[in-house]
Amino acid sequence: MALQLFKKWQGQSLDWIIAECREVVEDADFSTVKRWREARGKVLGHFQVYFPEEIAHAAGMLPLKMRGAAIECTHSDSHFGSYLCSILKTSLELVLSKKVELDMFVTHPICDAARNLAAVWGRNFDYPCQILYLPQNANSAASVTYLRDEYARVQADIEAITGNKVTEEALKNSLSVFNENRSLLRQLYEIKRRQPWLISTYETYLLTNVGGLIMREEHNELLKAAISLIEARPVKRQDKIRVVFEGGFCEQPPLDLIRTISQSCYVVDDDLLIGLRWILEDVSLEGDPLFNLAEAYLEKSSYSPVQHDARKPKEKMLLQRIADSGAEAAIITAAKMCEPGLEDQVAYTKALDEKGIPYFVSEFEESMTSFDQMEIQLETFTENILFG
Amino acid sequence: MTIVKGDIMTEDKKVDIVGRGNVEGANLFRVWFAELSDAAKNNQSAAYVFVMGSMAEILKVFDFPLVFPEITSLQTAVRRVADEYLTVAEDYGYSPDICGYVKADIGIHLREREHPMGKIPKPALTVLTNACNTYVKWAEIWERMYGIPMFVLDVPATRQAGGQFQPGSSDFARDCEYVEAQIRELITLCENITGKKFDIDRLRETLAYANDMNIGWKRVLELNKSKPSLFNALTDGTVYLGVSNNFRGTKEGSQFFKNLVEEMEYKAAHGIGTQTEEKYRLAFVGVPCYPIFRRFNEMFTEWGGAFVHSTYLHFASGGANMGFEYDMNRPIESLAEGALISIRDAMDSMFHQNTLVAVSAKLREAAALTAQPSPCSRCLAASRKPSIAPTPSYSQTTITIR
Repeated sequence: MALQLFKKWQGQSLDWIIAECREVVEDADFSTVKRWREARGKVLGHFQVYFPEEIAHAAGMLPLKMRGAAIECTHSDSHFGSYLCSILKTSLELVLSKKVELDMFVTHPICDAARNLAAVWGRNFDYPCQILYLPQNANSAASVTYLRDEYARVQADIEAITGNKVTEEALKNSLSVFNENRSLLRQLYEIKRRQPWLISTYETYLLTNVGGLIMREEHNELLKAAISLIEARPVKRQDKIRVVFEGGFCEQPPLDLIRTISQSCYVVDDDLLIGLRWILEDVSLEGDPLFNLAEAYLEKSSYSPVQHDARKPKEKMLLQRIADSGAEAAIITAAKMCEPGLEDQVAYTKALDEKGIPYFVSEFEESMTSFDQMEIQLETFTENILFG
Repeated sequence: MTIVKGDIMTEDKKVDIVGRGNVEGANLFRVWFAELSDAAKNNQSAAYVFVMGSMAEILKVFDFPLVFPEITSLQTAVRRVADEYLTVAEDYGYSPDICGYVKADIGIHLREREHPMGKIPKPALTVLTNACNTYVKWAEIWERMYGIPMFVLDVPATRQAGGQFQPGSSDFARDCEYVEAQIRELITLCENITGKKFDIDRLRETLAYANDMNIGWKRVLELNKSKPSLFNALTDGTVYLGVSNNFRGTKEGSQFFKNLVEEMEYKAAHGIGTQTEEKYRLAFVGVPCYPIFRRFNEMFTEWGGAFVHSTYLHFASGGANMGFEYDMNRPIESLAEGALISIRDAMDSMFHQNTLVAVSAKLREAAALTAQPSPCSRCLAASRKPSIAPTPSYSQTTITIR
């Protein structure tokens, strides 16, 4: 097993594990990353939403999910205009303030702001800061081959940084590790859908999120331990409505917002950190691993406001998610200043109106600290459904 | 006002060479909108496209009228009625924090496509590039509203500062193959929608006209290094830009730019500038302030400031400034190369604004002026999506001269 970056969880209770996960997720000093670097490990920071972490993993790098942080921006504010989402600013703040040190940074063309992050980042650091051009034409017959070659390009850059040649064997091993990781996350979500009283979305979120901060082998062990504890949890079902949470694909809502929602509802499915669960099935280990990984991104994947695919109209995908999870309502959120999220919010609410599915609309920002008003509104919303 | 079509020089000889570009440009703009209104009246559908990569070269082969929603939207601001449309879109549910262009356009559609300049036809399809990610979200709205096909021409731009793939490299060839494959898919889509067989000779024709335009546009921009400057990049330049978009791949567009080059060369040879005294040569970065289009310019010209260059004339021309010339012997392959080089430049010119501004300004011996209209949230290095709401949106406008 790779270097252990997290405290030992073996033999600990589920509550202890969850509490420790929160410590790691909220740790603005990114101690897990520091431990990795102290052991002379290289770090590849990748911005939301999806990055083929298997490639960095196969080269022996720590793929670190850059998903902002609930921190004050003292360095990065001067690099951006005011009309931008928070996650961009806090992600850059983490590196400018040296809370996180990277050897490579990769962003994606998910929105104009995220795409240009490579340029802003690159003006401040000497290491490679680049864009992985994930295909925007998901419906072209040429997209998979193009993406396979784009992955090969990124792989060559990673090899240059690490000095490690990524062999086919190493890549297939990484695919296997990540296949297991996604399978465990699917199990976690299946419990949430089937018996949401056993695990709240606040807890599944923490268990998922920590995976972006440690090596996946370690995350797999953690998830296995947690899942067996969850299944044995002596918790009774409560009288709560079943909802789907939508709007956490990029900037992440504050933990206490997720906890507030968890207290009022059973969130039976969500799109929080969807990039870690983007690929829905095991990636084949037969044949060209890069091609398989590219094909899985396009053909066996979830949906988000930042990928257009004619086969996956977002509002229909949301309705499907609601139906598949047996939800009776939806919480539709968007990060402040998030153009893709705010635009799709309209499509979602129109589709829900048409189907007569109740929904709760809200906006959030990483730095939010007060949730009292939201709690009251949510209680009113849920009571209307329960007793209306 | 007489609307002049076809060979402008021969049909209207009274037009004096100095200032002819503005007159012809304004006429052509009215022609474009009149044709759209006619199409709407005759229930003819159009292709909805964007300025950064319209693919007019292909769409004109299939005789699609082209609607540029960026242009129809900004016209609501120029005509001081944007707030009416924005309010309609916000009442429908769109956030005050999203792109003003998108919301003005939604307002137009929610008002049955009635526009201050006429009627806009329904879309038959939309073709867009990834040059601006908001294009994708914008087009998805029509996709839902009208149930039309949406074609995203994915053009991979520069991956890293200083690392642009050059023709001749395997990386460039790889990107080119991807773009070419998509262009062939676009052709099939157009055939399916129109029922017309693709005619490669008509493509050669549109490419030839686009070549004239690319060569002319590049030359016109170069000529403005002259002292005094020959045209105002902010006001006159926007008129020329309108023609370069609305008439790309057409005979009228080709002729317009030939005439424009002639006009600018004449002015350069005779030392004819845009104002009596050119005290300060200015390079403009960003998007013209449409709600106060004329007044904004006057704020500088009144003090002897002359806008000799604007980055808008690069990226909003879809990279026509590169002067790319298509090879008629291999039209589709060459179109892919041209699209990659030109659209990529339109994207990269925003990606590398810091160097672009410095180089452009130095070449023209101009001071750089950066205007960042407040709601332009999408572009970190430079703004290109200002709200087109009237004055309140400019309350936070920051203008820096360095």
